[in-house]
Amino acid sequence: MALLSKKDTSLILDPLADNNPITIQVLGICSALAITAELKASLVMAISVVFVLGAGNVVISLMRNIIPSKIRIIVQLIVVATLVIIVDQVLKAFAYELSKTLAVFVGLIITNCIIMGRFEAFALANGPWKSFLDGIGNSLGYGVILIIVGFFRELFGSGTLFGIPVLGDAIAKTGLYATGYENNGFMIIPPAALIVVGIIIWVQRSRNPALIEEN
Amino acid sequence: MAINTDKNSYTIIFAAVMVIVVGSILAFLASGLRPNIKENERFEKQQNILYAMGVNENGDDNSSVNFIPTDEVEGKFSNFIKEQLIIEDGKISSNDEAFLIDLKKQLAEKKKGKPYKLPVFIGDSEGEKLYVIPMYGKGLWDAIWGFIALDATMTVKGVYFDHKAETPGLGANIKMRYFMDDFTGESILKDTQYAGISVAKGNNDPLNNTKDDNEVDALAGATITGNGVSAMITESVRLYKPYLETIRAK
Repeated sequence: MALLSKKDTSLILDPLADNNPITIQVLGICSALAITAELKASLVMAISVVFVLGAGNVVISLMRNIIPSKIRIIVQLIVVATLVIIVDQVLKAFAYELSKTLAVFVGLIITNCIIMGRFEAFALANGPWKSFLDGIGNSLGYGVILIIVGFFRELFGSGTLFGIPVLGDAIAKTGLYATGYENNGFMIIPPAALIVVGIIIWVQRSRNPALIEEN
Repeated sequence: MAINTDKNSYTIIFAAVMVIVVGSILAFLASGLRPNIKENERFEKQQNILYAMGVNENGDDNSSVNFIPTDEVEGKFSNFIKEQLIIEDGKISSNDEAFLIDLKKQLAEKKKGKPYKLPVFIGDSEGEKLYVIPMYGKGLWDAIWGFIALDATMTVKGVYFDHKAETPGLGANIKMRYFMDDFTGESILKDTQYAGISVAKGNNDPLNNTKDDNEVDALAGATITGNGVSAMITESVRLYKPYLETIRAK
């Protein structure tokens, strides 16, 4: 018996492309704008969301039959906030350097609409294993877009990738800069992320016309 | 067994139980991890103060910030920091508890009009006396803080900045070397006035060759964080002015 049934596989793979949380469902845009100015931050955020959404979906799914529907949003919020705080505190005690890097993401993870969206849309109605796969799939779909946006914004905005100069030295005018090339300052400000996400959506829809909504 | 989860009584009990359970988990965790976290924070502060003084393990590649390793920092700190002072109500006294003073709390006391204490760390770097003073202010999203090391002529020997939640890639870059290194060599004096150092856009000096203009080049896309840094330096210089005068008079 295969570890993942066909349905399980699609839970993971669908959000990566044809049901991507950012480009198709247009969720989680806020954090995609905020932290994609550099690739490293995008990667850290992507990994954090994989952990939180995977674990959160399982917890919510286990509790799904006992959560009172009137206060379910608050319960979801408490679960995700608790998870994030536990991770934050443990990192502060045992991996202080890493926790400094992650500090800024704590608030962004809690308020990430993808997390609440998956709790509400999937984990409340499905078992823990399926919810876990759904969480991993959606957070990976989110992470992929973050990393693509981060790659282009850091490359064109700062001429670096993971902080390492790849196009030469902008101030000393070496490498590509010797030919008169300049970093595009617009790429490091948040509106550039919207444009990059827009281009990704455009490319995706032109490759797969089935995604285009009818008017 | 099906539970009727729609009843009001159930909702209230569920909420109460949830709050108690989550509250106790977090409380146990926080108190259990507190000693470790405190120790990490102490090491970090020592690393930051030493970093501002120029005691660090930075390589020549001018790229990454390298602190004294955590397991050595305590020893180095007592080696390099010769004296700790507390300034209270204009009176300066030598007191090793200066390290424990939290500038944020003292500024809050000052705001309420209550007496407050200011710490100074006097270090010795290659035979030269350096005066390290803390700074605290606000950036775009949350707190920013740091340390500035001055010599007797009020020239900056080094700075360290940190932040709680500035935007990665923009404001968060105040803790990058290419920003912090620019402050070294600047003077906080303009003629005889305590002018501080401003983070300025378009000062036509991106390489920061001019060291007597009280300005360093700003970070693109981080105007408000940069202004916060300027304001923070000005504020600390203003607070410590009476003390700094006594150093210059010597």
